[in-house]
Amino acid sequence: MLGLTLGTLAAVAWRAGFALSLGPADLSAIWFTTWQAALSAALSVALAVPVARALARRRFPGRGALVTLLGAPFILPVIVAVIGLIGVFGRGGILNDALALVGLGPVSVYGWHGVVLAHVFFNLPLAVRLILQGWLSIPAERFRLAASLGAPVGRLLEWPMLRAVAPGAFAVIFLICLTSFAVALTLGGGPRATTVELAIYQAVRFEFDLGRAAVLAMVQFGLCLAAALMVRAAGAPDALGAGLDRVVERFEPGGRMRDAVAVALAALFLMAPLAMIVARGAPGLLDLPEGLWGAALRSIAVALGATALTLAMALALALRGGALARLAMLLPLAASSLVMGTGLFVLLYPVVAPRDAALVVTGLVNATMALPFAARVLVPALAQAETAHGRLATSLGLVGWARLRWLILPRLRRPLGFAAGLTGALSMGDLGVIALFAGDGEATLPLLMVRLMAAYRMEQAAGVALVLLALSLALFWIFDRGGRVDAAS
Amino acid sequence: MLRLEGLEIRQGDFELRADWALPDGAVCAVMGPSGGGKSTLLAVIAGFLAPTSGRVSWNGHELTALPPARRPISILFQDNNLFPHLTVERNLALGLDPRGRLDAGSRQRIAEVLDRVGLAGMGARKPAALSGGQQSRAALARALLMDRALVLLDEPFAALGPGLRMEMLDLAREVLSGEGRTLLMVSHAPEDAARIASHIVLVHDGVAATPEAAGPLLADPPRALRSYLGR
Repeated sequence: MLGLTLGTLAAVAWRAGFALSLGPADLSAIWFTTWQAALSAALSVALAVPVARALARRRFPGRGALVTLLGAPFILPVIVAVIGLIGVFGRGGILNDALALVGLGPVSVYGWHGVVLAHVFFNLPLAVRLILQGWLSIPAERFRLAASLGAPVGRLLEWPMLRAVAPGAFAVIFLICLTSFAVALTLGGGPRATTVELAIYQAVRFEFDLGRAAVLAMVQFGLCLAAALMVRAAGAPDALGAGLDRVVERFEPGGRMRDAVAVALAALFLMAPLAMIVARGAPGLLDLPEGLWGAALRSIAVALGATALTLAMALALALRGGALARLAMLLPLAASSLVMGTGLFVLLYPVVAPRDAALVVTGLVNATMALPFAARVLVPALAQAETAHGRLATSLGLVGWARLRWLILPRLRRPLGFAAGLTGALSMGDLGVIALFAGDGEATLPLLMVRLMAAYRMEQAAGVALVLLALSLALFWIFDRGGRVDAAS
Repeated sequence: MLRLEGLEIRQGDFELRADWALPDGAVCAVMGPSGGGKSTLLAVIAGFLAPTSGRVSWNGHELTALPPARRPISILFQDNNLFPHLTVERNLALGLDPRGRLDAGSRQRIAEVLDRVGLAGMGARKPAALSGGQQSRAALARALLMDRALVLLDEPFAALGPGLRMEMLDLAREVLSGEGRTLLMVSHAPEDAARIASHIVLVHDGVAATPEAAGPLLADPPRALRSYLGR
């Protein structure tokens, strides 16, 4: 784990020769990366506040479904969502059709605003979940007390909560947006909308300038490290937490209309692209491209390999415990798949052809990137199992494999299933390091989509998107379900 | 014979000392106010907590440094005495062999002890499908199966109603305390002690006192016990 994160970084540093010389294009990439991430995070958090407030204090039909939907971006492949966004906001999308009706000119989804739009689409749900959690963490008694005193709830209870929660949400989303490669690849590009990761990709694939790629990877690592430290300082909350189905009883009148509008707009913003994925993808299913099933098999193989590896690593690290294990479980949050990919490229290039290593490297990097999420699911569950049953196991002499077999694995079945589903879906939809390594014959489904989009075969790309979405959801469902069926009570 | 020599347990403000021996075959109730250290004393004897100083020994063999499973001890906790994800038979099998092997011979032995505690034919059930009393019986069956010389009961029946609790204590004495086994049980209820205990250890003011014969002690309690009993 440390080898993959820090080791690849060392390889990159060695290749860069520790000489950080940046051209004007590089500087503008750094600038764009930073400000688009800041803008995306700020917009996501700001827009999330009214939605979270509405969800916190209103009970309405479909609320549960909406809260579930807010968890979907975790397992929705980025590239699939991009297809949906193009279907809504792109040329020939439903928004432009509507604008044309009232005589307004077409808007384009490509460029910096497309990148920001996609980032808000992905991170608004996360921000809503984080802030909703903040709202629900205010004890119900305080609302009752405030109501009985006639005190202003907003200033007394809500503003302090937001001040505590919002910076963490901002920091997490800022970090995510720094490292989102697939969005920049498909919607960004050009001198004004190139991120550092996209520049790394271009340096490796088009210019074959490994030195420049290495320098950029160092820069990207620095950015991510700074953002990760920011997350830590802000005390970022846990987004995987459950228990969002509660509604806080509130006593102040009014705001009903405002809440309804907030929820309706958010639901529309999230669901329209999802609907477009199906609407655009369905016709594409009749004309699926050559090589689809090979790519699908490769995607599944990579996802299964990454899942097995992530679970094994997360379990081993959780069992081992200690500061080093905690570091190893957190480090990938600051790592970027493109930085790791560049490091591995630099290391492997003299030894094997990158395309031959493409799938193995992708699986490894995906496993690493998913590790923090798996660990966050498994570590508390393990602690709980040990607290409740550890003494009994110890008194019976269950050590080593026996303890794993009779206590830990059965008690961790549900979280293991959930973590496996999460990892599988994340890996299935990942478009990052595979783009650096793959040749024509090694494409996974996301990469196949990018190639189709680059060739303007949008209908086929949409068909593949639907297949990819179905496979990701199926993988998540099978694993998660497997953990639940006959699960330990 | 269980012997505690110069035993001292300190955790922050908490302090407990003990220096005594308990004769084999005794059924000893550990009594005293809440927070006095009754469960802590059992945790040290069982090996879940290292004493600050002093020794725990059994028949002259020092136990102090041994892990819990290597001591001649089985223990029933306040709760979670069965793994909820395993059947009763599996739970009991782990008492015979921590690797959980289950062959014809062990199946036979498990069926026998289940019969003895009144759970005949219930081996295939999971704990959730048993009543509270039946779960206690299953836990007793495992202690019986483990066949250790010293059995510690850390109020395993506290959640049961008074009638059922008495029933379980009787069963515990009947099946466990025979064959020369020693029983050491934490107890809140003097009627429990009066019913089955041969000895009483009073834990009070940072000291676990030397075990005394239960009958005379309960008939003419010293001041510390009187105030605890509210007489």
